[in-house]
Amino acid sequence: MTQETQIPAQDLPHDAALTHFAKSRRNQLIRAAVIFAGIALVPLAVRDTYLQNVMILTLLYAAVSQCWNILGGYCGQISLGHALYFGIGAYATSVLYVNYAVLPWFGMALGGVLSAAVALLVGKLTFRLKGHYFAIATIVIAEIGLLLVHNWDYVGGALGIQWPITGDSWATLQFARNKLPYFYFALVFLIVTWLITFKIEDSSWGYGWRAVKDNPEAAESLGIEVFRSKMAAAALSAFFTAVGGGFYAAFVAYIDPESVMSFRFSLLFALPAVLGGIGTLWGATLGAALLIPLTEITRSYLGGSGSGIDLIIYGGLIMLVSLMKPEGLLSLFQFRKGRPA
Amino acid sequence: MSAPSVILETIDVTQRFGGLVANSNVSIKVGRGEILGLIGPNGAGKSTLFNAIAGARIPTSGRILFDGHDITALTAPDRCRLGIARTFQVPRSFDSMSVVENVMVGSFVRASNAREARQLALETLHFVGLGARVEDPAIQLTPPEKRRLEMARALATAPKLLLLDEVMTGLTPSEARLGVELIRKVRESGVTVVMVEHVMEIVMPLVDRAIVLHLGALLAEGKPTEIVRNDAVISAYLGDRHRAA
Repeated sequence: MTQETQIPAQDLPHDAALTHFAKSRRNQLIRAAVIFAGIALVPLAVRDTYLQNVMILTLLYAAVSQCWNILGGYCGQISLGHALYFGIGAYATSVLYVNYAVLPWFGMALGGVLSAAVALLVGKLTFRLKGHYFAIATIVIAEIGLLLVHNWDYVGGALGIQWPITGDSWATLQFARNKLPYFYFALVFLIVTWLITFKIEDSSWGYGWRAVKDNPEAAESLGIEVFRSKMAAAALSAFFTAVGGGFYAAFVAYIDPESVMSFRFSLLFALPAVLGGIGTLWGATLGAALLIPLTEITRSYLGGSGSGIDLIIYGGLIMLVSLMKPEGLLSLFQFRKGRPA
Repeated sequence: MSAPSVILETIDVTQRFGGLVANSNVSIKVGRGEILGLIGPNGAGKSTLFNAIAGARIPTSGRILFDGHDITALTAPDRCRLGIARTFQVPRSFDSMSVVENVMVGSFVRASNAREARQLALETLHFVGLGARVEDPAIQLTPPEKRRLEMARALATAPKLLLLDEVMTGLTPSEARLGVELIRKVRESGVTVVMVEHVMEIVMPLVDRAIVLHLGALLAEGKPTEIVRNDAVISAYLGDRHRAA
């Protein structure tokens, strides 16, 4: 603010700035295409079933964390109850398929809609709360959901739901030996959630959500309906989280309350985005690529999920990241941020 | 047909906080296209009235009319869409976003797509003199630049009325001079300006008319030259002892 700009606005080269921005968006898409194409080639080299399983889970968690990031990263509402939406998707898909022979494709969509509706209800109850109080409320509500499912015989209670054994089919998403279909489904799911996030980043929704995250009062003064913005973000986030849950149910072909709705899942959806870079396009994917293989490997070497050593490890990782790089690991790669003087 | 000359009117606006009356029966009128100063010593109720107009708080009683609408009970976002924009006393920039993105949040009120919003934001940023910093993170701006950013964000919504909450506070004299130029430029573009300020030296040469609040009530109103000679104003600001001096 040392000199006054006297040039009339219309004479300035805004077209250049707009074109430059459009070009950088195009470059991001090209980079994404290269990265995703690279991932698609990996299973052609890695034939081991165990490793393929780990990769499928990594992609799935990356995608669901990407969904979590819509609400948590962009809109700033830190939910630690996303296991509820994941569970709704898994249960809706399983119940519809096992009891009514509804194909999982439709089950995932219906589960998504149901989950979005539940998210709106949860939002109505909790979005008046701020910060930690909101996070605590989401934990509690997800735990209530877990308890309800535990005691609800119609959905199998504590025993859960076993998917029938059938032949390999894309219609029912059942593949006994071949892991590749699951791998590519999970990859496409990740790409879809990434593209949605990409689209949102440069839209009125995306800017509105980030404004709500940074300063709700200022956002309101600029015409943004804060409550409605949060509700929209929650519904979108919950819909795709449930699709992930439905896919997971089809993938493991057996679900019980603890295996899809425990608090551990809520953490595993939030942590990749936080670790990689909250509110960024690639944070969730980068975080999942580090965290999930680490989790799976420690679990298989150090014993089952009961020991919780994996939780200790990423608790430590998060502490390390928040102390050293609070913006997430992705900030290590951002060379462009330092602008020429 | 010309537009009505009064753009904003408050009628008997009263705001109570428990036993404290922050505004009592304040009735003011703001003319279309004028720069109005809302002044008064600390605790006079300027910010309370400001917040009632901006929609941050609905008054205990009284009515507020804007541009033919009764806006007393409208939310801040609704008021924004009708054409009221504001800045904050302590700048509230969106710190995770770049400068141009901050302003885009405002320009989306009238833009139909992101490209248009970006274009409007760039134009507004050049207008306020932040053209060189559009791609910088908002968090890197200096305090005076942040005030400009808030002005840009508010102006990007294409308001009819711009409410400025102590925009001059904490500026050096040369920065304040640039601020005064900018506010004049805003008015020339057809926007009515209401500014809360307690730095008299800056406000008085800038405003067309000043309204003085004291202890929550209207004390005086008129041209700056009249206000500075008003006995009631002098004693409210300086105390009775100084009246003779």
